[in-house]
This record gives sequence, C-alpha cells and structure tokens, in this order.
Amino acid sequence: MLAAVEVTSNWYLILSAALFAVGAMGLLIRRNPLVMFMCVELMLNAVNLSFVAFGDRLGDIAGQVSVFFVLVVAAAEVVVGLALVVAISRRRATTTADDLSVLRG
Amino acid sequence: MVEVIVFFVCAAIVLGGAAGVIIARNPVHSALFLIQTLFGMAVLFISLEAHFLAAVQVVVYAGAIVILFLFVIMLLGVDQAEDLNIEPIVGQRFVAGILSLGIFFLVTASLVGSEDAITGARGSSGQIVDETVKPNVEQLAETLFTDYVFAFEATAILLTIAVVGAVVLARRTKGDMLDTPKNTLEIREENYQARIDARAAELEAEAAGNNSAAEAPDSAEAGDDLVDAADATDGGEA
Amino acid sequence: MELLDLVFLIPAFPLLGFITLLLIGKPLGEPLAGWIGTAAMAGSFTATVLVYLGLRNQDAEDRIFSQTLFEWIPAGDFSVDIGFLADPLSIAMCLFISGIGMLIHVYSIGYMHGDEYFSKFFLYLNLFAFSMLMLVLGDNLLLTFLGWEGVGACSYLLISFWFEEPANATAGKKAFVTNRIGDWGFMVATFLVFFTFGSIKYVEFLPAAPGMSTNTATAIALLLFVGAMGKSAQFPLYLWLPDAMAGPTPVSALIHAATMVTSGIYLLTRVNGLIYEAADWVGNVIAWVGVGTALFAATIAVAQTDIKKVLAYSTVSQLGYMFLAVGTGAYVAAIFHMITHAFFKALLFLGSGSVIHGMHHDQDMRHYGALRKLLPITSATFIIGWLAIAGVPPFAGFWSKDEILLAAWDTGGVNGKALWAVGLVTALLTAFYMTRQVMMTFYGRYRYDDPTPVEIDQAWNNRIAASQLTINEAVAAEDAAKENVNKAVAAIATAETNLETMRNNVPVAEGNVETAKAALAEATDENREQLTAQVAAAENGVIAAQTTITNGETALETAKANVPIAEQAVVDATAKRAEASEALAAVQRERANAPVPEPAALFSEPDISGVEDFLPEEVAERREFHPHESPWTMTLPLGVLAVLSIVGGFLNLPFSWNHKWWHHLEHWLEPTLAHKHEIAASGNTKFLLALVAIAAGIIGIAFAVNVYLKGKGPKPAAIEKSVLANGWFYDLSVSNFMGGPGRKLFDLVAWFDATIVDGAVNGVGSVVRGVGGTARRTQTGLVRNYAVGVAVGAVALVGWFFLRASL
Repeated sequence: MLAAVEVTSNWYLILSAALFAVGAMGLLIRRNPLVMFMCVELMLNAVNLSFVAFGDRLGDIAGQVSVFFVLVVAAAEVVVGLALVVAISRRRATTTADDLSVLRG
Repeated sequence: MVEVIVFFVCAAIVLGGAAGVIIARNPVHSALFLIQTLFGMAVLFISLEAHFLAAVQVVVYAGAIVILFLFVIMLLGVDQAEDLNIEPIVGQRFVAGILSLGIFFLVTASLVGSEDAITGARGSSGQIVDETVKPNVEQLAETLFTDYVFAFEATAILLTIAVVGAVVLARRTKGDMLDTPKNTLEIREENYQARIDARAAELEAEAAGNNSAAEAPDSAEAGDDLVDAADATDGGEA
Repeated sequence: MELLDLVFLIPAFPLLGFITLLLIGKPLGEPLAGWIGTAAMAGSFTATVLVYLGLRNQDAEDRIFSQTLFEWIPAGDFSVDIGFLADPLSIAMCLFISGIGMLIHVYSIGYMHGDEYFSKFFLYLNLFAFSMLMLVLGDNLLLTFLGWEGVGACSYLLISFWFEEPANATAGKKAFVTNRIGDWGFMVATFLVFFTFGSIKYVEFLPAAPGMSTNTATAIALLLFVGAMGKSAQFPLYLWLPDAMAGPTPVSALIHAATMVTSGIYLLTRVNGLIYEAADWVGNVIAWVGVGTALFAATIAVAQTDIKKVLAYSTVSQLGYMFLAVGTGAYVAAIFHMITHAFFKALLFLGSGSVIHGMHHDQDMRHYGALRKLLPITSATFIIGWLAIAGVPPFAGFWSKDEILLAAWDTGGVNGKALWAVGLVTALLTAFYMTRQVMMTFYGRYRYDDPTPVEIDQAWNNRIAASQLTINEAVAAEDAAKENVNKAVAAIATAETNLETMRNNVPVAEGNVETAKAALAEATDENREQLTAQVAAAENGVIAAQTTITNGETALETAKANVPIAEQAVVDATAKRAEASEALAAVQRERANAPVPEPAALFSEPDISGVEDFLPEEVAERREFHPHESPWTMTLPLGVLAVLSIVGGFLNLPFSWNHKWWHHLEHWLEPTLAHKHEIAASGNTKFLLALVAIAAGIIGIAFAVNVYLKGKGPKPAAIEKSVLANGWFYDLSVSNFMGGPGRKLFDLVAWFDATIVDGAVNGVGSVVRGVGGTARRTQTGLVRNYAVGVAVGAVALVGWFFLRASL
C-alpha cells in the first residue's frame, strides 16, 4: 500500500505549517526570552522547509538561496537578541519577557 | 517506499522536538530539543535534494546557534525552571492555541484545496535544477555568486553590524543592579488588590454603620427597659 | 560658451548681493553696503548686455532662448521648472530694469546717507531687483507669479521702510492688501491656463492659443487684466500707489514708477497671443480702463501740493496710457512708452528726491520756488524730464505718447476717436500739471522763508495773547486800587471808633482828677505827698488823652484826604483796562480785516503787516537754512537719466531714412508678438495727429506758465478744487465703506472662521485625543501581547488569501 504513495511537496508544506504553528504557540505562551528565541528559530526553520519544498516543486534553485539568506539573518538576530538578554540580565535579577514591560513609556 | 518512511520518521522527530522545546520547563532541555528538530530538518533537506543546506543546517544551526544559546544560558545562570502552571496574562494560552491552530488549518486547507491556492498563481516552470547537467551544490554556488552576489555581500555587512551591535549591547556597563520597577502585570495585580481591599473596607464600613445604627435603638430600648424596670421596682416598693 | 547661456547670471547677481548683505551687511555699514548692492546691479546689467548681444547675433526668428536650471515642482502631469526665457521682450525689460536699478542704487548711496538702516535698504533693493528680474525672465506663469509676489513683498517692506511712523506702516499694508485682489486674478488665470492647455510654460501654451475657445481666452485675459490692474495701479485698484510715496524717494523711483508697476503691462504683452484670441470687447475694456484712469489721475494730479504725490498720480496716469496701448493692440507702443516713461519718471522722481533732500525733507511745493539757482543740476535735469513727459519733441515722451495716441485713433470709428480725444485731453492735463510743478518748484518767488498760513495764524494768536496779557495786567492793577480804597475806608472807620473811645475816656480822666483832688483835700500829712502825685498823674492822663484825641483827629483828616486819591487811582486803572480791551478788540478787528493768507503765495509775499514780531520761531530757523545741491552720487544718475530722456525716443522713430524705417524697437520686439499691429492711417494723418498732440502739450504748458508764473488768468485756487485734491473722494468713500458695511461683512467672515473653521479643527483635535486616550491602553508593554497582535494579523492574512483562492 505504501509503495503506491509518493512523497509530494505538499507533505513537506503541511509539515512546515505544523512546525510553524508549534513555534508560534511557543512564542505566545513561554515567558523565558531564551525559549522565545528558540521558538522564533523553529518558525524560521518551518519557513526554510517551505522554501526548499517550493524550490523543489518549481525546480528553482532560488528557494535554496533564500534559505541561505534566512540563515544569515537568523544568525544575526540570535546574536543581537542574546546580547540584549545579557544586557538586561545584568540589570535585573529575574528575566522574563513580561518584566520587560517596564520599558513601556 | 523508503522516502515515505524517512519522511514520516523525520516529521515525527521534527514535531516531537518542537513540542519538546515549548513544553520543557528548563531552557537547557529546550535547547537540546531544538537540536533534535534541527537534525530532523537536515534529513528532510537531504530528501529534498538540498545537500548543501543540510550540511549548513547541522554546522551553523546545531553547531553554532544552539551552542550560543546554551552558552548564554550557562553564562547567566538563567537555567531555572519556569513554572508553566501559571499564566499571568489572562486568556493568553487560549488565544495562542486558537491562532496556531488557525494558521495550521488554513494553510493545510489551502494546500489540500488546490495546488496553487496559496498564491493563486502558478509558479514559473522550467527545470533549472537539472541533476544531469551539474550537481545541486554547484548550481547553488553559481547562483549565489552570480545573480545574488549583491545580497550576498550585503549579508557580510549585516553580520558585521550584528557583531558590533552585540559587542556594544553586551559590554559591561558601570552601575549597579537597578531597583526593579514593577512590570505591567504586577501593577495590574496591585491595582486589582487595591480595589479589592478598598471594596472590602467599604463593605466593612457599611456593615459597621448598619450595626451601630441597628445597635442604637437597641440600647435605647435597653435604657427604657432599665427605667421601666426601675419604675417597676419603685412601684413594687410603693 | 554661448553668450545666451549667461542668462541665469542676470538674476543671480542681485541674489548674491542680497545674500551678502543679509549675512554681513550690518558690519559693512555705510557706504560699503551700498556699493556692494550697486556692484551686484552692475554685474546684472553687464550680464544683460551680454545676453542682449547674444540675442542680436541670432536671426530674428531664432531670438528665443530657454534655459532650465532645475525642476522645481514635479507633481504628476504638472511640473514647474526654474527656467528662464530670454527673448527680445524679456531682455528689453531686463536692460532697463537692471540699468535704471543700478543708477538708483548709486543715487540711494547719497540719499540714504546717515540712515539708521542703511544696509537694510540695499538688502531690500537687491531682493527687489532679483524678484523683478525673475518676474520678467521666468519661463512660466508660476515663476512669474513668484517674482510678482516677491516684488510685492519688497514693495511692502520698502514703503514701510521707516516703519516707526504709523502712517508709513499703514501705507505699506494698504499696498499689500490692495494688491492681493489683483493677485487673485493672476492665480485664477494661471489655474485656467493649466486647465486649458495642460502647461503653464509660455513657449508651450502661447503657440497653442490660436483656435482656442473664445470664452476661455476672454476669461483668462480678463483675469490677467485684473492682476495687472492691481500691480500697475489702474482704477479701481490704484489706491495704494499715491500712499506708497511714504517710502524713501529712490524706492518710489525704482519700484513705484520705473519697474514694478509696469509688470502688469509686461504680463499682458507677454500673453498677447492669448488676448488676441479673446473676445473683441476685452481689448476695448482694457483700453477704456486705461484711458479713464489716465484722465482721472491727471485731474487729481492738477491739485496736489506734495511734490511726490503729483508724480505718483502722474505715474498712474501714464500707466493708463500704456494700458490704452495694450487695449488697442499696440504692444510695441506700450513697451516703448514703458521704457521712455521709466527713463523720465525715474528722472523726475530722483529729481524730486534731490529737491526734498536739499529742502530739509519738506515735500510741499508751496514752500519751494526759485530753486533753479540753488539746485542747478537738479533743476536742469528735472526740466528735461518735464519736457519729456509733457510731450515736447524731440524728448522721449513725445514719441512714445504720440504712438499710443496714433494707435488709439487708428482703432477706427467713434470709439477710436473718443479714445484718442480722452488721451489728448490727458496729454494736455499732463503738460499742465507738470508745468505747474516745475513753475512752483524751480521758478517764481523763493517762498521757503515765507511764513505759512498756519504760521501767520499762529502769529496773530501770539499777538492776541500779548494783548490779552496787557488786559490781565490792567485788571490786576484795578483790583489792587480798589483794594486800596477799601483799606482806606476801613482805616477811617477804625480811626473814628478809636477817637470816640478816646473822647469818652477824657471825662473819665477828668473825673479821676476830681476824685484825686477831693482825696487831696481830705488828705492828712502822711499821704499828702502821695495824693499830690496822684493828682498830677491824673492831670497828666487828661492831657495825654487830649493829645491823643488831637492826633487821632489829624490822622482822620489825613485818611479822609487819602480816599479821593485812591478812588482816583481806581478810576485811572479802570480807564487803562478799558483801553487794553479796546486794543484787543482793535487787534481782532485788524486780524479780521487782514487778508486771508493764500495757501501758496506764488506772486507776492504774504501780508504779515502787524504780526512781523510775533512769527513763531520755525520761520526764523527756516530763514537761517539755505537749500543745497545734492552730492555727486545723486546728481550723476540724474545726468545719465536726463540724457536717456532726451535720446530715448530714438528707439522707435516714425521716420524713414534711405527707405529704412527707424522702428528699431518694433523690429526687435516683433518675434514676441503673435500678430503684427499695422497702422492704417496715412502719413498725412499721422503728421496731423502729431501736430495736434504737440499743440495740446504747448497749450497746457502755456496755460500753466500763465497761471503759475505770470499770475494771469484764473487764480490757482480756482483750479485746485478740493474735490480734486482729495482724489474725487474715492479713497475716502472706499475707507468709509470698508470701515462701515464692509466691516460687518468681514466680522461675519471672522465669526465663521472662529466658530466653524476653528471649531472643526478643534473638534478633530479633541476626537483624536479621545481616540488616543483609548488606544494607549493597548500599549501594555507586554511583548507577548504584541506577539498576539502580529499572529492575529498573520492569520487574517492567510485567511484572506484562502478565501480569495477558494472563491
């Protein structure tokens, strides 16, 4: 039975959607900024997967090129984000995302 | 056949890892679950003929980024477990569930509904990726260094800026720990508590007022009673 | 490098001068700031000459050069460039604007000597020159409008240059506000042009004009004419120009005579192709407004006594001539008259400035007279300007005015004849009032030492006050004498009372003596001596009392004798007082009988017999003062302009020589005119018309000489009616209307603005504040709240895509 089944790009895309949904959920419910960053990484990975899947479906190498750039942006984001977390934790004992609301004007 | 098995196994690994990231209380565990997801993703990349990306995924993501996460966690000692049983923002979890399910089902529905539903347009045809002409990695390299060379150079600047920004942000500054001002939730809580207290005090005052008002006639009566009693006594004596 | 490419330098030099003076004008001070402003104008003039030469080198048809510096306002289909259009018309204008501008800058160095705001004056002048050149050179209507507003602003700044005087500030405001009405016409015309042609560039919309809708062309032409009426001071918007004379005289010469006020004529000439497409009656309207204003202003000029006011009304009148030419299609004649007028009117204004400068800033012509000898250069040049404007050949004004009158005649029919006749009457009046001015200023009797009627009046008052003083003294003396009589009478009464008392005392004293003697009779030895002494004392008392009585009686006699003397003194004092009152009455009679002093004692000294010694001090101060000729910086421009006023007419002579017409200006301007204006009249007619014009001028001059120099014919007062002196009460009635019913209307507008417009604005403000107050609650500062927002947006987006794809 399984022999008749082909793995189509739609499967990858549905997996990507699921991963993105999980990442989004995590971002919304977790309070630790580090874990929130990880959830952002999950979402970025979901998008990467859909890029590669679309590239495969359309036969266009540009999908993979985009993933390359997403990777670079993700790296930069993590670097700056973690630097922010470090800077904040120097000033505050506890660090949850909710505590950052003291920055409100 | 094999592909299908590989896909489902990897999908399980990826989703399992993702679930682990958001469920684990300890951030260290979250980071480890993230590695699991990334490895599963790398295998999926291979099955999609993206060999170079699979390698990069392992080296850069798992090897560099997650290590950076762990490093920061260890450095700051913020690896305390987070209490997932409380949610300070009312309704946040409910909304989060609705939204993520919404995204998932909408995307899936449109994917299942038609092949080009998401954009409403057909993709550009024409087989650029042709394994017979050149290997996949070579094609990627060629495209990256010809058509996308400007963007590629721009990423160099982006990374430089990120590094400089990180150094500036994380530099040790003079000054002590700040007194921690109350965050929005704490203020909200406090205001709520204050309102409750005020209401309680009000009720108490009201109750006290009623009591004294109720008591006053009683004592008068009691006085009358005493007088009556005295009269009675007098009368009794008379 | 092509000479034509230098066109941008023409306005660039004054701009540079303006910026320099703006930055370092004050430290430079006098006279360096003035020379820098002059140098800027000289540079501009040089550039103009070079561009002119460049244009000359081209063939007549190619004499049009556009230079675009940069795109100023790009907005969709609508785009405005900062670009210059150098063609014969604009360069002819630039030549005299920068040339005369330079001369007036030189003049101002002398005129503004010692002024507190010396460098600021040149700052404004340079800014004005820049704006005026932009107006002329602009290659589209909007750029011209920019210059148009720029010169208006400079005009405002310069009229109220001495803003400490409230009247000057008010005059500036009046000019500014009046011009707004005209600017409205200009703006609407610009909109209409863009709406019709899709472009406001002259080189684009003017060639497209032939064949356009007559109604649109009529509307545009009339609206542009409204704009021109404001700037060029035509009835009914001329009101501001006479008041503009409050500014320094060089400003009057440059802005309010030679350049800015001609921009209306320039504008209409520039769009002549468009006016040609308008209905026929538009030209007639322009011509009649022009000639009507010319006559109207000329009648007012006849009765003005302020030397600059005469010239101001004269300017209004001459501008009317130019509009007459424009209305009859004789654009060349209009430009010709504009140029010659710029020469001689600038000359006249500068000359009047020189007179005012020499006369201690007294502007009343009635105080002048016989200045010919005292101000030789000024008077010589002024006389040349007078002959030019009065239409005496071969001076410049004759040729240009003759062309206009010819064009008016040539319109044909009764209409043309009527235009010509009114123009001719105006020419006669022009000759008359200008001659009057020259006679009153430079000829006749030297009247500066004369006491004015006001001063004579004051002298009489002084004399009466002196008489009054005498009366007061007499009254005081009389009162004192009466007081003396009273005192004497009172003294007699007192003396009599005293005498009575004394007489009563005598019997008492005698009684005392009796008593003492009786006592002595009964005296014993012991006290005899004492009693004897008492008797002696008593007897002494009687003697003393009797002596006192005698003395008192003598004193009473004397006092009684004094009373008549004192009474006599009272009578004398009363007589003196009556005499003094009589003297006062005599003085008042004398004053009543004295001839009413004439406002202008043109022919004989004012009769001041009887009050010579009572004249106020100002007269003596004036008699100390001697009018003086101006410095060379002021007389040099006068000389140059005088030469130009003589030869200016040769630009466009109506003669032929070797079968070549001497119509230089006409040939030069031909490429810019859409239609050649042909004169149909024959040579004989032209000659006759010229003779009639000359005759009119000579009659005007002769009449004025008769009245104002020789004192024959009607009295000046009979000519200078107060209705004329007050400008037919037009200004007054406008003020009354605007201050009365007009004011209520504007109050209504102000109410509407304060309540409805401001209310709407404030309403929007409070709504925004309310919404903001609510919306700020969403800013919790909680990152995860914001993330929910982003997620909602993402879901909504995907949902929308999904719906769009599946429907």
